[in-house]
Amino acid sequence: MRITQGTFSYLPDFTEEEIRAQVRFCFDNGWAFSIEHTDDPHPRNAYWDMWGLPMFDLKNLDDTMDQIADCRKEFPEHYIKVNGFDRTKGRQTTTLSFIVHRPTEEPGFYLERTEASDRRIQYTIRLKAASTHSSNN
Amino acid sequence: MDGNNSGGKHKSRWAAGITPYAEMGYYDADYEPKATDILCAFRLVPQPGVDPIEASAAVAGESSTATWTVVWTDRLTPYENYQAKCYRVDPVPGTDQYIAYIAYDIDLFEEGSIANLTSSIIGNVFGFKALKSLRLEDMRIPPHYAKTFQGPAHGIVMEREYLNKFGRPLLGATVKPKLGLSARNYGRVVYEALRGGLDFTKDDENINSQPFMRWRDRYLFCMEAVNRGMAATGEIKGHYLNVTAGTMEEMYERADFAKELGSVIVMVDLTIGYTAIQSMAKWARRNGVILHLHRAGHGTYTRQKTHGVNFRVIAKWMRLAGVDHIHAGTVVGKLEGDPNAIRGYYNTLRANTLEADPTQGLYFEQDWASLPATMPVASGGIHAGQMHQLLHLLGEDVVLQFGGGTIGHPDGIAQGATANRVAVEAIVQARNEGRDFLSEGPEILDKAARWSPELRKALDVWKDVTFNFESTDVPDAVPTLTVS
Repeated sequence: MRITQGTFSYLPDFTEEEIRAQVRFCFDNGWAFSIEHTDDPHPRNAYWDMWGLPMFDLKNLDDTMDQIADCRKEFPEHYIKVNGFDRTKGRQTTTLSFIVHRPTEEPGFYLERTEASDRRIQYTIRLKAASTHSSNN
Repeated sequence: MDGNNSGGKHKSRWAAGITPYAEMGYYDADYEPKATDILCAFRLVPQPGVDPIEASAAVAGESSTATWTVVWTDRLTPYENYQAKCYRVDPVPGTDQYIAYIAYDIDLFEEGSIANLTSSIIGNVFGFKALKSLRLEDMRIPPHYAKTFQGPAHGIVMEREYLNKFGRPLLGATVKPKLGLSARNYGRVVYEALRGGLDFTKDDENINSQPFMRWRDRYLFCMEAVNRGMAATGEIKGHYLNVTAGTMEEMYERADFAKELGSVIVMVDLTIGYTAIQSMAKWARRNGVILHLHRAGHGTYTRQKTHGVNFRVIAKWMRLAGVDHIHAGTVVGKLEGDPNAIRGYYNTLRANTLEADPTQGLYFEQDWASLPATMPVASGGIHAGQMHQLLHLLGEDVVLQFGGGTIGHPDGIAQGATANRVAVEAIVQARNEGRDFLSEGPEILDKAARWSPELRKALDVWKDVTFNFESTDVPDAVPTLTVS
């Protein structure tokens, strides 16, 4: 299952050139650039692991692409996303965030239901383990 | 009364009887508005024979301290302070209309109450006989007054961080048909649209709790659908559960149940009234639930150029009242909307400071003093083939809602949702790459449709759909056609 978080998950995976174009867009807007990775892509996981600090001062596209490549090399079975961050007053938030790398297998999620009274159901979304069964969704 | 009737001779200010409003202090061409004043621009047409300045002074008078005759009890007050002052009257070229600028002292209004603000400013004066017609065009809310309101429960920044969705317009759809589906079938539409790629689905304004589908049943099925959609995509999803009801108690009951089920968002209709909206905005912030507002009924008083209240004023009141979303027009869709006027609404909802700009119908500057922004929602007759125009006209911080444009897809609802999501991502990608996405839009979409059969079908079905009608309400500065 393809996780569709991020700005561009419904498009085919970006080529190096396409990633570079989006990073350039961040630079042109004066946005800080950062890389994050995780093996827990739960929709409410707000804190993927940081690949170093946000690169406030890095403005060289080649260096940036090297950083992405290094992260990929170290975590080939993680999700990796890149973010643009706008510090201007009133924004002070992420402005672009898209996945640039996915694990070989994307196991997806299953939905756990706990039945309560009066037809109420408590829902919990759990990550499926990679290469195991559990397809009760 | 006849606004000109001063009995033919000048009488003293305090003599019993009738004195023209302009002579009672409600018109002062030399008045310089204070930074703390609330300023209003009214479009008025005086009755034949009524002097426009006197008509404008009458509006100032009747929306502040005046009554039809002199009262000696004014002299028990510092009335100069409480009298609204018309300080400028401009004719609108080529018409019988005038724009009257009126300043109100901040002490005239209760803190944090849209009900009080509107009871004063539009409470009485619209029925005034000396006027043929009246419309409130714009209002400047000084920061001193804005800061007495909560403002949006979350605002655009918080909503995006909560939903983990950045860098593109959000996508939604209103469940159709708007009336008659059973709760179980209704939830099916929600599930299909969300798993296909939309971020939100929505109850329509008139889906409350009717015999064919009671609210509690709808909420239960919709939350099953929302959670299935989240598990199928790994994204946070929401359905605007409409909590509009006949009493506050019933609305709180419904909202509490929605919250308990884990819904990220609820909605109300404008018809519930300003006070109820403010109450729900407080509830929404207290409970961490996003608040969507459907502007049901606004067309009755916002659409006609010479009557009512311009939508930009409603937009300001609703940002103060504290809604996170508000429908604000599409330009290209099926509902009324001049592009420049709509740009003005969107800017009013999203910007922190605005300059006066007659081409957008903005009569005043506006400083929101860091009040959170309200997310505009574009809904009604839009489809994937217009995505480049929508991004160009409405920008990125907007919810684009494709009801028919999702559910009407020939291959199914999920396919319709996917078509919209592919289209928006392809256009955003092109924009970020620095391409001229507006003129190259059809080409960009066509290229994406080569690998997305869902988008191909959507483009083919709706390629010729446009709604080209002249707008009834355009800023005076630039009359234009609705863009196709």
